[in-house]
Amino acid sequence: MSDASETIDELRAKVTDNDLPQWATDLLLIAAFVAATFAGFAIVGLLTGVGLNETVGFMRLVTFFAAVYALVVLALNLHWGYTGLFNIGVAGFMAVGVYTMAILTASPDGSPAGLGLPIPIGVIGGMLASGLVGLVVSLPALRVRADYFAIVTLGFSEIIRLALLSGSLRSVEVGGTEYGTGGGSGISYTPVDSVIPWLLDVPGIGFVGDQFFAIGEMAGIQSSIIQSGLYTGVLIAFVVLFYLFLTRIAYSPFGRVLKAIREDELAARSLGKNTDRMKITVFVVGCMLMGLAGILWMGSQSRVNPDSFMPIVTFYIFVALIVGGSGSNTGSIVGAFAFAAFLWQGPRFIRSIVRANVDVRSPQTVYDAFLELASGDPLPMLGYVIGTLDELRFVLVGVVLIVLMIWKPDGLLGHRKELAAATDISRRPTATDGGETDE
Amino acid sequence: MSTGHGRGRLSNLTPQEVVGGLLLAGIGILVLDLVRLVVTGELPLGRLWSYTWNGIVDSLYIGLAAIGLSMTYSILRFANFSHGDLVTTGAFSGWTVAYLIGGLGVADLSSRLLLRADGGAQPGSVGMDVLSAPIAILVGLVISAIVTILVALAIDRLVYRRLRDAGGIPLLIASVGVALALRYLIAFVYTTDTRIVVASPPQPELPAAIQSVVPMETINLHEATLVISALALIIGVHLLLQYTKLGKSMRAMSDNKDLALITGIPTERVIFATWVIGSGLAGVAGYLIVLDRGQITINLGWFLLLLIFAAVILGGIGSIYGALAGSLVIGLTINLSLVWIPADLNEIAAFTLMILVLIFKPDGLFSGVETA
Repeated sequence: MSDASETIDELRAKVTDNDLPQWATDLLLIAAFVAATFAGFAIVGLLTGVGLNETVGFMRLVTFFAAVYALVVLALNLHWGYTGLFNIGVAGFMAVGVYTMAILTASPDGSPAGLGLPIPIGVIGGMLASGLVGLVVSLPALRVRADYFAIVTLGFSEIIRLALLSGSLRSVEVGGTEYGTGGGSGISYTPVDSVIPWLLDVPGIGFVGDQFFAIGEMAGIQSSIIQSGLYTGVLIAFVVLFYLFLTRIAYSPFGRVLKAIREDELAARSLGKNTDRMKITVFVVGCMLMGLAGILWMGSQSRVNPDSFMPIVTFYIFVALIVGGSGSNTGSIVGAFAFAAFLWQGPRFIRSIVRANVDVRSPQTVYDAFLELASGDPLPMLGYVIGTLDELRFVLVGVVLIVLMIWKPDGLLGHRKELAAATDISRRPTATDGGETDE
Repeated sequence: MSTGHGRGRLSNLTPQEVVGGLLLAGIGILVLDLVRLVVTGELPLGRLWSYTWNGIVDSLYIGLAAIGLSMTYSILRFANFSHGDLVTTGAFSGWTVAYLIGGLGVADLSSRLLLRADGGAQPGSVGMDVLSAPIAILVGLVISAIVTILVALAIDRLVYRRLRDAGGIPLLIASVGVALALRYLIAFVYTTDTRIVVASPPQPELPAAIQSVVPMETINLHEATLVISALALIIGVHLLLQYTKLGKSMRAMSDNKDLALITGIPTERVIFATWVIGSGLAGVAGYLIVLDRGQITINLGWFLLLLIFAAVILGGIGSIYGALAGSLVIGLTINLSLVWIPADLNEIAAFTLMILVLIFKPDGLFSGVETA
């Protein structure tokens, strides 16, 4: 991670030495970070013989995960980064959005049946449902102290997941049709990425899309891959929208109060701000964004089940936010990308490299691997490590979290945390003559 | 956070009091309904007793884990999300030792060392029950505490000691990292498979004298082992904290750390003792849960964590008696709620109760009883 941090520092030094506005330098920063990472992976991939197809597929996955994580991380940044609400029920709010969307759009002939409504109505309905649940949760949750708040939101998220999983809501008969959540097997619905063929029929966009397909055909890439690539493009467009919306909030008078709540709620209250109502508002808005993010993420599959919303998902999102640095929207996006590229897909890339170069077989247990290691053959141990890489990836995530908390609690871009005050009083140079110039 | 409400207003009822009243009314209605169900014979007395007994068993292992969580919460001042994985550590380390000793000469070393990760060493053939291998199971119990203590102390030295003054939320986040790293290191060694490691429990018939008191004909010896070990440990901790200087130092420290330092209390030594007691009990809890349920998985403690938190919060942080009472409430709730709702909704009932109590009494049911 320190490499990534240094790279970012260098990039920042390069891009901040000009007169561009803040958003443009931030865009450059993100683009440069993404380009440098992808170039690095491409070079390493090609040199170690992973192959072009696999490297491109890897980058496609990284882009997809970076985009969906960026969406949720941005929403969470509104809660935790700006307002200081330690919400660890993110998975639950995503679940509400996705399930509402699923029930609204699923085919009326399916099992469990849905209402068969068009996708945009499903998306809006999902957002509204997440916001509504957010409102219900915020009423009790905001009354208790900060660390209880965390546990209450986690409790609510588990209540939501267990309710979706339970047999009682599996199927409910209304007017002769079986509606419901489908219990553990989940519910199938029209995937959100079916907007792509629809988008391609729109004249202007359709023309651009055709060019993509033409280029793809020349390069020998299947049209289904191009379609999913285009959906990733839609996700990136949503990331930009989220970014603009949240930055707009952050610099509004409302946003300044949010930051004031984060820094000192009592002070904000004594200045006459209705902090309770503002916390509820920001909680509901954040939950709606989480619902939308969940829909865009999970909605591109055609089936959803409660296992996608385990509490651990919330913690991945927190890791991504903390890697990037909470309190900064640019940091949120950088963090989401760093998480997707290095922590999430990176270990799998290493597995591809090892498999491309060494013929490893994985012994059944770590005991067998140690036996072979003791007899002088390290390959089975390597094979075991590669075989259990999905588990070791969690160890890596955990260690990164601990290391960040001990040595760099602000994350990569946390020093850019926006303060409530218009000027940063805490960093006033001490060399002035006691600040007497004010008089 | 609720300073904007309450005293001196025209309305005498605060939202807390309304919620509290509704909660009490709800509990009252449920108790009346329980009486009605028993009187009309819809709920046989035997079933009610088995729910209650299971509730007590569940509350004992939740309570063992909750004592440790409550202690670290009040003395180190953070919600330790890695506590559940200390429970898992105890389960795996203890049963590994139990298998190493109990399966000596019966099963090969690799299946015993890795707790049947390769599918060998059937619990029945190894004889993994309290009557066939009492010494192995007792040694396993002790080792589960020792290993968990060592792991917790190592984690404290590596992670939490560097963050002593960092505040609650950074510590909480670091503890999530610890939880992930610890759990998946265990998974790296033992694999992620869920497996049965305990043979079916011996069920001798109870003596007639006891049968006339409780409506049980046989007793599950593994549950009995759990109940006796847990009660012994709880009484031991009670004596330790009530009658030694350590208990007094802990109460002082959870009250005010700086004042405790000035008074000459060796705070680092108190923190050391906190980890020893808290993680030792957590490890034993994990070991006993596996003895009761028969199967082991790396998610054992993590899935239990929210219930443990619910117990600690219900009781009010900082009070181990509160944590025990909270555990009893949670244990009885997840079992007695089965009278009215299906089994896959019982945890929802427990979490809902936790949230309602938090609104009604934000500091827990037993706040104010500072007993370390």
